[in-house]
Amino acid sequence: MLAYILKRLVQGAVTVWFIATATFVAMHAVPGDPLRGERIANEQILANLEARYGLDKPLLEQYVVYIGGMLRGDFGLSYVQQNRRVNDIIREHFPVSATLGILAMAFATVGGVLWGALTAIYRNRLPDVVIMFAVIVGISVPSFVVAAFSQLALVSLNSAFGSSLLPVAGWGTVWHMLVPALVLGLSTMAYLTRLMRSSMLDITTSDFVRTARAKGLPPTRIFLRHQLRNAILPVVTVLGPQIALITTGGFVVELVFAIPGLGRYFVDAVHQLDYTVIMGTTTFYGAFLVFMVLVVDVLYSFIDPRVTLE
Amino acid sequence: MAQPNIANRDPMSRAATRQLLWIAGAALVGLALLLAALGWAATLTGGGAAATHALDFKTRTVTTSIRNDVPQLDSSRSKDIESYNILHTVMEGLLRYDNNSNLVPGVADRWEVDGARVTFYLRENARWSDGKPVTAHDFVFAWRLAVIPETASEYAFLLYPVKNGEAINRGEMPPESLGVRAASDRVLEVELQNAIAYFPKLTAAQTYYPIREDFFKSRNGRYAADTEDLLYNGAFRITRWVHGASLRMEKNDLYWDKDSIWLNAIDIAYITTDAVARLNLFQDGRIADVDYLPGEALDQVLQQRWSLRRFNDGSMWFIELNFREDRLTRNFHLRRALQLANDPAELVFKVLKTPSFTPAESLFPSTMKGEHGLFRQQYPPPHVPTDLTEARKELELARQELGLDTFPPLVLLADDTPAAITHSEYLQEYLRRNLGLEIRIDRQNFRQRLEKQQQGEFDLTLKGWSADYDDPLSWADLFASWNLNNNGRYDNPALDAQVRIAMQSLDESERYRAFAEVQRILIEDAVIVMAYERGVMYVQDPRLKNVGRRFMGPPTDYSRAYITEEP
Repeated sequence: MLAYILKRLVQGAVTVWFIATATFVAMHAVPGDPLRGERIANEQILANLEARYGLDKPLLEQYVVYIGGMLRGDFGLSYVQQNRRVNDIIREHFPVSATLGILAMAFATVGGVLWGALTAIYRNRLPDVVIMFAVIVGISVPSFVVAAFSQLALVSLNSAFGSSLLPVAGWGTVWHMLVPALVLGLSTMAYLTRLMRSSMLDITTSDFVRTARAKGLPPTRIFLRHQLRNAILPVVTVLGPQIALITTGGFVVELVFAIPGLGRYFVDAVHQLDYTVIMGTTTFYGAFLVFMVLVVDVLYSFIDPRVTLE
Repeated sequence: MAQPNIANRDPMSRAATRQLLWIAGAALVGLALLLAALGWAATLTGGGAAATHALDFKTRTVTTSIRNDVPQLDSSRSKDIESYNILHTVMEGLLRYDNNSNLVPGVADRWEVDGARVTFYLRENARWSDGKPVTAHDFVFAWRLAVIPETASEYAFLLYPVKNGEAINRGEMPPESLGVRAASDRVLEVELQNAIAYFPKLTAAQTYYPIREDFFKSRNGRYAADTEDLLYNGAFRITRWVHGASLRMEKNDLYWDKDSIWLNAIDIAYITTDAVARLNLFQDGRIADVDYLPGEALDQVLQQRWSLRRFNDGSMWFIELNFREDRLTRNFHLRRALQLANDPAELVFKVLKTPSFTPAESLFPSTMKGEHGLFRQQYPPPHVPTDLTEARKELELARQELGLDTFPPLVLLADDTPAAITHSEYLQEYLRRNLGLEIRIDRQNFRQRLEKQQQGEFDLTLKGWSADYDDPLSWADLFASWNLNNNGRYDNPALDAQVRIAMQSLDESERYRAFAEVQRILIEDAVIVMAYERGVMYVQDPRLKNVGRRFMGPPTDYSRAYITEEP
């Protein structure tokens, strides 16, 4: 297994290098210049700026400098947040995104598995119909609508109650993260519910469950050991990419709830053409995604003994 | 379905439901534990957005929000509004802006202008937040820092009037040759490149703020990066700054004018560009005001019956035309046709429908000060009535002069912001319908729009402009042939001559006559097509008084605000 993990790590490194290179090329192909502001007094000032950021050098040299810095774990200085290192931006803001992401993921997984199992048990009966309707809504309504709507609901709730039950926005306590995490995890929860439901139904009608029933095993044991454990496998498979999706996709939620997460920097950087932040966050998220997929694959072998890692 | 549906059989289904309930119970306990752990973790990454109220009369605290994290508090390099608002609260230049955009003495209590020599006398009780006095040396250091090429300050040009400023910025002379010296700790002598009338006004800009050399050097390149990397000489000092989350300023007891400061703390507890989120926080009583409201926010404001306020932030919006050789807009009659067809009132009242905007009549804002009172009262801009018949005649003249059968589509370069999209689409339809002119909209995001504008890749482009310093020249020289912000490359010796007079003359009346001439040329030669004067809509808790909302200098200033117990 160790050899397998090592092999995957090497593959991952190549993937990350590829992501970094592709981003570098794409970024410089986009017209526009991060150093041009609304005001240009003279070409001298622009030249001074370019020299400061090393943009006066040929592109290939910039690339070498950049990859070199990356290998040393240094992503350079931001163009927009001029005094901050990209490393500091990631270090300070990723934990926020991660905290929110973990909670959102916990909500989504717990909710998805439970609702999914419930709808499978009550297939075509009232709970199934109600939950599946909610699932369709959860998948199809975009998160900025849900976020804005839930914030409005919070404000109305607070004003009806006369004092603040839950904070409307901000960051710092567990109460600040409840609603944003729910909103952030909502579409994943809906997706997982649907996945869990269909996988439960597949299992329920499979041969080994029928055998288990035939040998007279107690229903609780069948449900837990034979059905749930098997049905959960497809859910675990999509968990890796979903975690990445949630941690990187927090942009809208972070904006609406004024949360100082990394998602905002990630998106703003593209608008502002903040080269170093674009490179830093993309590469970081790329590495994160690759790592999460690996973790899920390893996890898989624990849940499903038939899977061996080679 | 051939397969038996086991789940629906009762004993199995009941057992499964019971199991599921147990699992759900365990999951809930798990989630609660997770919440507790994450709650603890969040305090470490904390915004510290405590559940405080918007206004606290007892602790004299106002809580508010800003749109973007503060990008640059190093005054020698700072260039944006968000940073300028903060810097003006925690730092002070030789002069500073009061709440009515007037310049008043800051660190300097008086100054003397003698031709190209300006002498500032620093007040005795101006102190840094570590107790040491603010001296003339701190200004010498800061100004040199701002002009050396290594700093790469975008606002270095503000220091070009100081002798050798431009040459040092080009790397042609040593920083010591800058025309500023400390005659003593409290006397700052400035030698100008040429005598100019408006120099003292420049010193209120953040680029002219003092920086103390020993402190700057002790930060090892991290000056202004964090709370502890700044030294303050203003009314407040930053006591907590969590990047992207919050920034808290507390009264600086060493400030020379501390008796006129009522507030103890200004707490910026939220940072988000989402105006609706900020309005929700306002409704919930968490923040005392929300500014820069977009048109879409009006409904909520009206519904809640808040009083909507506006201030003019001095930014002027217009259509810039391209005068390069290969552009049709070089033709006077075509420009005149566009100008005559233009209807700023319709644009503002029927299309953009943002109550804080007003139709523009000149490049100079209506609030701009003149020699006596407002500039516009003394020198009203030539009136251009909307006249479609005349516009069509001019267009026909243009067509004949240019030797065209029909006009090819004109390129309109614009931002991808909601206001710019509405504006450009309106223009497209308006000009097609009324003049039969085809407009091709080139919609770009901010950085790409800037690049294309500066490269001159447009026929028409939407542009906004506001002043960098408190003198009409900051607008008037925009279309001078040497100004690189003159993106259309308008080149008119008559206008250049007037700008030179305004730059060099020491006679105020003569200068204002020159500004009036610039205004007349811009309109009569149809150099730009007017759009609107942007105002800023905001709501504010009625108990909060005396917040500075300026059209010149930093737009928002809480430093002299106070709170009343009753509205």
